[in-house]
Amino acid sequence: MKKGKNLLRIGAGASFADDRIAPAVDLAERGELDYLVFECLAERTTARENLTRMKDPEKGYTPRLLDRMGAVLPACLRNEVRIVSNMGAANPAAAAREIRRYAEEHACGEVSCTVVRGDDVADIVRSQPQLRIMESGEPVESLLPKMASANAYLGADVICRALETGAQIVITGRVADPSLFLAPAMHHYGWSYDDIPRIAAGTAAGHLLECCAQVSGGCFADPGKKEVYDLARLGFPYADISEDASFWISKLEGTGGRVDLATCKEQLLYELHDPANYITPDCVLDITELELLQTRKDRVQVQGAKGKPRTPTYKVTVGYHDGYIGEGQISYAGIHAVAKAKWAAEIVQQRLKDRGFTYPEVRVDLIGMSSVHRKSFYPTEPYEIRLRVAVRTDNRKAAEQVGFEVRALHVNGPGSGGGGSDPVVREILAVQSVLLPRGLVDSQVVIEEAH
Amino acid sequence: MIRVYDIAHSRAGDKGDTSNISAIAYDEAGWKILREQLTEKVVMKAFAHIARGPVKRYELPKLQALNFVIEGALGGGVTRSLAQDVHGKSLSSLMLMIELPGVRGGKTAKARQNKSKSTASRKAS
Repeated sequence: MKKGKNLLRIGAGASFADDRIAPAVDLAERGELDYLVFECLAERTTARENLTRMKDPEKGYTPRLLDRMGAVLPACLRNEVRIVSNMGAANPAAAAREIRRYAEEHACGEVSCTVVRGDDVADIVRSQPQLRIMESGEPVESLLPKMASANAYLGADVICRALETGAQIVITGRVADPSLFLAPAMHHYGWSYDDIPRIAAGTAAGHLLECCAQVSGGCFADPGKKEVYDLARLGFPYADISEDASFWISKLEGTGGRVDLATCKEQLLYELHDPANYITPDCVLDITELELLQTRKDRVQVQGAKGKPRTPTYKVTVGYHDGYIGEGQISYAGIHAVAKAKWAAEIVQQRLKDRGFTYPEVRVDLIGMSSVHRKSFYPTEPYEIRLRVAVRTDNRKAAEQVGFEVRALHVNGPGSGGGGSDPVVREILAVQSVLLPRGLVDSQVVIEEAH
Repeated sequence: MIRVYDIAHSRAGDKGDTSNISAIAYDEAGWKILREQLTEKVVMKAFAHIARGPVKRYELPKLQALNFVIEGALGGGVTRSLAQDVHGKSLSSLMLMIELPGVRGGKTAKARQNKSKSTASRKAS
């Protein structure tokens, strides 16, 4: 904890792999932080990075690792801010080596990094084909032939073990997002898992911070209705946490955004199902009695988190190959724009069919009219429209053809189609979940200092 | 009629093929209407053209908020959906488009005011 302070301050530095960097640098420089946490892994990111690592054993961590670390490291070292991040993705050890190498090359000196390994449970899942997929109830056996990765959401306990080494930086692979924030508080104050109210409060703090600017005015503004001050200079949030697990969410003075009851409520319910039973590896959080209090401008106190002990299992995300998505786009404008776009979509599908390509799923979007909510609430026809045709298929060639047929509408379709996109083909990495008993996973977790 | 937009704000989140969408009242009067009128059935009807369902509603009286969990709402799941908005982040706006009866007869000044605003904005658009 910083000298003269009685609250532990944890900043949020990222909410996804490509999040903005400058507000995190601002926090590192001016925030008087004890910890800066970067959450950079979406559901399927680890699956994608696992494939990268298989091609190159020195890769497989978050691709923008050094952009981010390079930007914040000088201020974090100068101000003694410890860093915790899941940017290790599928290769935390390589990420730590890269950070240390970068620090030495850029005159930051020797930086201590500790790595958490053991979230990769692919071998365990392969040996347990009877495990039930949570989404479908089917045995996981059916996914094994096309499985790309399997990673357990580890909890705060393993991050605490890494923090105990004293390292400046802790790099993990898959851990639950709130655990990244709970761990520094547990470590600093010596909280144990028996102390459910504190673990629950720390988890609630982590949940509020894990999506970074989404609690400080991002993903919120609606002009004329929900105003956000200086959104362009949106600041990232931090939490001040006391020994008794009272905590306050705030942001730095001089930054844009807002932290108030409305922004906190939206983020509290974000990606949460049953509010009395939010399952994390650290506890089962209950926010139904939670109370929010605005203590001053851009500062909200959070009280009343409850919880139950952690469950005996870890949630595991299984990534698997699931075919390809192909798509193409083209624009029409002026008189009959919508009619032309609809007709063009029929022509593309007819041509693909005539060439022998069939697809399990085809989607036609009229962008500007009904592509997002699948219907329009306004009766007027738009002046211009962008047609998008997308398919899913196991056949890569069939996926490619969609984009080619859409672009060919320039010369072979209705009049005045313009701006056809380059054909797009994406390999699909889908994810499903299973539960694994803790013992199976814990025994393979390794905490090691990077060299 | 009023829209949910007039009395509440909302955010949508994703987990696999499930979307969770909040409806958070701006004030006590709005909360009463939300709690009474924004039912699972009403939400299911509004999302029927994109979601398989079912819809489950959770109440958070202390926050004056509802949380709706809508199954089969994300085109097969974030990672494999053909949609552009694969996460369904924009579905909060669809929640706010839902029309509710509002308070009839002894309606509050606030609700009346919001209603007249919403009518005006509809006319403007």
